[in-house]
Amino acid sequence: MSILVLAEHHDGALAGATAHVVAAAKEIGGDIDVLVAGEGVSAIAEAAAKLDGVSRVRVADHAVYAHQLAEPMGALLAELAGDYSHVLAVGSTTGKNVLPRLAALKDVAQLSEIIAVESADTFKRPIYAGNAIATVQSDDALKVITVRATAFDAVGESGSAAIEAVKTVFDNAQSSFVGEQLAESDRPELGAAKVVVSGGRGMGSGENFKLLDGIADKLGAAIGASRAAVDAGFVPNDMQVGQTGKIVAPELYIAVGISGAIQHLAGMKDAKVIVAINKDEEAPIFQVADYGLVGDLFEVLPELESKL
Amino acid sequence: MKVLVAVKRVIDYNVKIRVKPDNSDVDLTNVKMAMNPFCEIAVEEAVRLKEAGVATEVVAVTVGPKAAQEQLRTALALGADRAVHVQTEAPVESLAAAKLLAKVVEEEQPQLTILGKQAIDSDNNQVGQMLAALTGRPQGTFASEIAVEGETLKVTREIDGGLQTVSLALPAIVTTDLRLNEPRYAKLPDIMKAKKKPLSVTTPEELGVAVASKVKLVKVEPPAERQGGIKVGSVDELVDKLKNEAKVIS
Repeated sequence: MSILVLAEHHDGALAGATAHVVAAAKEIGGDIDVLVAGEGVSAIAEAAAKLDGVSRVRVADHAVYAHQLAEPMGALLAELAGDYSHVLAVGSTTGKNVLPRLAALKDVAQLSEIIAVESADTFKRPIYAGNAIATVQSDDALKVITVRATAFDAVGESGSAAIEAVKTVFDNAQSSFVGEQLAESDRPELGAAKVVVSGGRGMGSGENFKLLDGIADKLGAAIGASRAAVDAGFVPNDMQVGQTGKIVAPELYIAVGISGAIQHLAGMKDAKVIVAINKDEEAPIFQVADYGLVGDLFEVLPELESKL
Repeated sequence: MKVLVAVKRVIDYNVKIRVKPDNSDVDLTNVKMAMNPFCEIAVEEAVRLKEAGVATEVVAVTVGPKAAQEQLRTALALGADRAVHVQTEAPVESLAAAKLLAKVVEEEQPQLTILGKQAIDSDNNQVGQMLAALTGRPQGTFASEIAVEGETLKVTREIDGGLQTVSLALPAIVTTDLRLNEPRYAKLPDIMKAKKKPLSVTTPEELGVAVASKVKLVKVEPPAERQGGIKVGSVDELVDKLKNEAKVIS
């Protein structure tokens, strides 16, 4: 067996989630290649070559792969997939965008967001917003899989894989990149943070999210939000934790003013320790919280910040 | 231009699901069903394009059991002009659904096809991308804004870390994210009128598509239960527990 892992990268750096996907690939077993596709990606390829367990890094460095648009990326993966039994990617917006396109081009199914490897053809994945875990077995010759990064521990970085260029280039007349607006943040990436502090509708306004800053700074935490807080316009939607936002599994998750709807729990219930701060003691979040504090967040948050 | 919009009948998102005691699947008997929330957003966008004079006809399509016609009638009540039902009682996985929809796209030749980004039952997030691949069309996934500009479609996409805008050559496939729009409710007179709108029925056999999948559902289990937690009385107690009991902060 041989496995191709599509490297996830942003802003010229290899995303940490890639090391988690390589860990899933190691559990499947077999030779592991990593594909780095983009423009000006040599530094990313070098970072990928250091990941333990990787035998070869294949680099497709060309303007057509800049921004990793689905049309050329799908074609590239379909071209390379013939050499592999499995193609894996992070269940990120890039992985989700590109891999189903590859699967359809190869006439195989895709398994989304696996959380465990049972064997080379059998995997576990959550369904119904994480309220059920399905075990699925694929008889397809090529397994196309996205991986929930938080379910696997990252591999180390002591390797030294060979790097070789992929020359295949596709014309793309169908889609073009126009621009992007990225939210600026000095904090750790939400999906990879060890501590996450999230606010919900109970925060009352976007201004009040500043109350979380001090706590996040002291704990080195990322700041998240519930869909209610995003829909109310308090914060941008890339902060959303939940079924339709980011899935996180930090060591510590602090939910402030969040009731705990099914949709939100799907995004955070695998956190090691959950703390809930809510003035409604009947809020469903208390059913999953390890430590619950019933109280007014406007009093609790400043006190908590001062005592950390 | 013609807009095709795909909808799916799923369990209502407010329902707390139960796994069958024999672990064969989730129990859907006597459970409230509804249109998948992301599909509602897709229908809304199609209807808005029609109201803006961009779309001339909106066709709703679904793949599923006979009962899924309820969801097609909902789409018609919301403003779709007619509906196509690919009727099958068999379970249909993403790839087969995409192949069936590709046949409908081939027949209808829409300039724009809109789907939800994922269904809240299987949580796959695949069909739109697969349909784009099978029809050889570009894809604008996780759209939070779309604008038709002549022969191209400008799509703003929700990506990790922010927003990305791409330009797609029409005909194209778009999948909706939550913030694309706020779906309207169907009004009673529109629900009555929807009963008279045309709804054609076909089958996978008529479309020449086999729905069998090579992926087998081995078992379905409830997720691991979390241990019941405790309520603390003060911030001091909370900090103490986190430091000394859970040891997640220092």
